[in-house]
Amino acid sequence: MKAYLIRRLWQSILVLLGVSVVVFLILHLTGDPAALLLPPDATAEDLAKLREALGFNDPVVVQYLRFLRGAVQGNFGESLRHGEPAMTLVAERLPATFQLAGAGLAIALALGIPAGIISAVRRNKPVDYIATVIALLGQAMPTFWLGIMLILIFSVRLGWFPSSGRGDLEHLVLPAITLGLFTTARITRLTRSGMLEVLGQDYIRTARAKGVSEPPVVWKHALRNASIPIVTIVGIELGTLLGGSVITETIFAWPGVGRLSVQAIFNRDYPVVQAAVFLLASTFVIVNFLVDIGYTYLDPRIRFR
Amino acid sequence: MLGTALAPLGNPSCIRSPRLRLAKLVAPPTAAPAAVESIALAPPRPFAEREWVLLLSRLIRRRTALFGLVVVLAVLLAAVFAPLIAPFDPLAQDIGQRLKEPGWQDAQGRIHPLGTDHLGRDILSRIIHGSRIALSVGLSAVLISGVLGMAIGLVSGYFSGRVDDIFMRLADVQLAFPFILLAIAVIGVLGPSLRNIIIVIGVSSWVVYARVVRGEVLSIREREFVQAAVALGSRDWRILVRHVLPNAFTPWLVVATLDMARVIVIESALAFLGLGVQPPTPTWGGMLADGRVYLSTAWWLATFPGLAILVTVLGINLFGDGLRDTLDPRLTV
Repeated sequence: MKAYLIRRLWQSILVLLGVSVVVFLILHLTGDPAALLLPPDATAEDLAKLREALGFNDPVVVQYLRFLRGAVQGNFGESLRHGEPAMTLVAERLPATFQLAGAGLAIALALGIPAGIISAVRRNKPVDYIATVIALLGQAMPTFWLGIMLILIFSVRLGWFPSSGRGDLEHLVLPAITLGLFTTARITRLTRSGMLEVLGQDYIRTARAKGVSEPPVVWKHALRNASIPIVTIVGIELGTLLGGSVITETIFAWPGVGRLSVQAIFNRDYPVVQAAVFLLASTFVIVNFLVDIGYTYLDPRIRFR
Repeated sequence: MLGTALAPLGNPSCIRSPRLRLAKLVAPPTAAPAAVESIALAPPRPFAEREWVLLLSRLIRRRTALFGLVVVLAVLLAAVFAPLIAPFDPLAQDIGQRLKEPGWQDAQGRIHPLGTDHLGRDILSRIIHGSRIALSVGLSAVLISGVLGMAIGLVSGYFSGRVDDIFMRLADVQLAFPFILLAIAVIGVLGPSLRNIIIVIGVSSWVVYARVVRGEVLSIREREFVQAAVALGSRDWRILVRHVLPNAFTPWLVVATLDMARVIVIESALAFLGLGVQPPTPTWGGMLADGRVYLSTAWWLATFPGLAILVTVLGINLFGDGLRDTLDPRLTV
């Protein structure tokens, strides 16, 4: 167990290092980071001055190590547009993004798991068909279109929910549904197939044979065993949710990291872009590390691998 | 083993030359030549019994897969013959006809089935032409990431050890990034062009392929025909290309089909954010972004391009699901 934890921790650190290399390289893709940071009409003199000031003339490895040292301390430089440290700007927006992603995940779990279970128990009945069709549509529906359609119906036509901004719970409803639907569909399908597999197992037949009534068989005996793949996918789906938040936040003017990064890309405010990409990717790595640890309690077999 | 390999309904990916070749090589030269010939020169099967015909007939017997196939073919035809099918020029502006509702008939009696946009352009024609960008990005990016992922998966699974470790950590790094965010950051730096979009999506989508192929290779390399090839002194690359690759192709094909749907959504998302192929070229995502502004007055602008994406992606997903269930039901992708 301890060896597994240490190995897993070591892997996570390696991945974070890899993430830092990629984030560093974003700025060096065109070969001239100074030209990216200055407006297009900057003079050659300005460019040379900035190169000197930010150390772009040093060897790339030296520049990377300098970047890494800054990144570890949470220092990605100053925002070119706001004049504040890029890290502060991103960190201020993190809670909004976590709130949205958390709400999306909560919706996905609260709808997807029961829908998947009912689908599996009532296999090939109308309920199953309806749930399957909705899940298929949910997986095929692009986030941005769903968001716009929800605004069209529930904000423009019915006026039930606000179409933009962050405030009380009302503001959260449409963005959370938009962000969560794809994951809901994934979890529904996964739960359904997992439950179908488990319900055919011998221990379920045994439980039924010894007279356990149907609800505990489904919700206790079967669900507990079908939940293992669901826990795994929750960690991976977090990546989908954080990525999806870029689009959802843009549509609903939700003041999170995703919207900030899109604006920063258009403003050519690269320190902010780098800080945002680095923080979101690190969040994903850390959460998946924690999920893996939690996993060993659910599935003891993994500890001995 | 040979019996199953030759059975017409066996896993189609197994009906490949390696085993037949092996049979010829292993058979001692003095063995009855007739027996060898009967294996190597099995009589050509009639058209209706060819593998791919059988496969296709099994596939279209699933109604959802058939629906998917029809949708995919329809989109493909629309993309190839766009100029012939589209009722109007997708770029022709007509300010006098702007924001007309679906079914609008203009002064010459010509009907705009899905209405016109804010510049008076015909929406149906723009959707038909938009399929060209969606499909060309989809096909090219899938080809790039598919070949890349296949190569990495083969090498990683076959050689294991240090090489495998490195590639699998790289895969973890790749997956740590929220895909869209990394894509817009890189395209923001490089500039949005069709080529850059294809390269960025293609180069960063290899992980699924690599993982699936690697998993297949791990089991294939323990099989008799690979062991036999090793015993006969085949070089590694030859074993990989002639014996392992053909058997890992089926799962690869399923992943490629399903990934195509994801790539099309990503391309549209980039266009929606303004980082796709630039106007005036019609893209589904770009049309959606235009339509968003007129949501309260002209709902059709944003609705129809989104439906086009939805139907295309649904079709590809259903076709891919059917392909998986027919070819390789164990596969979880």
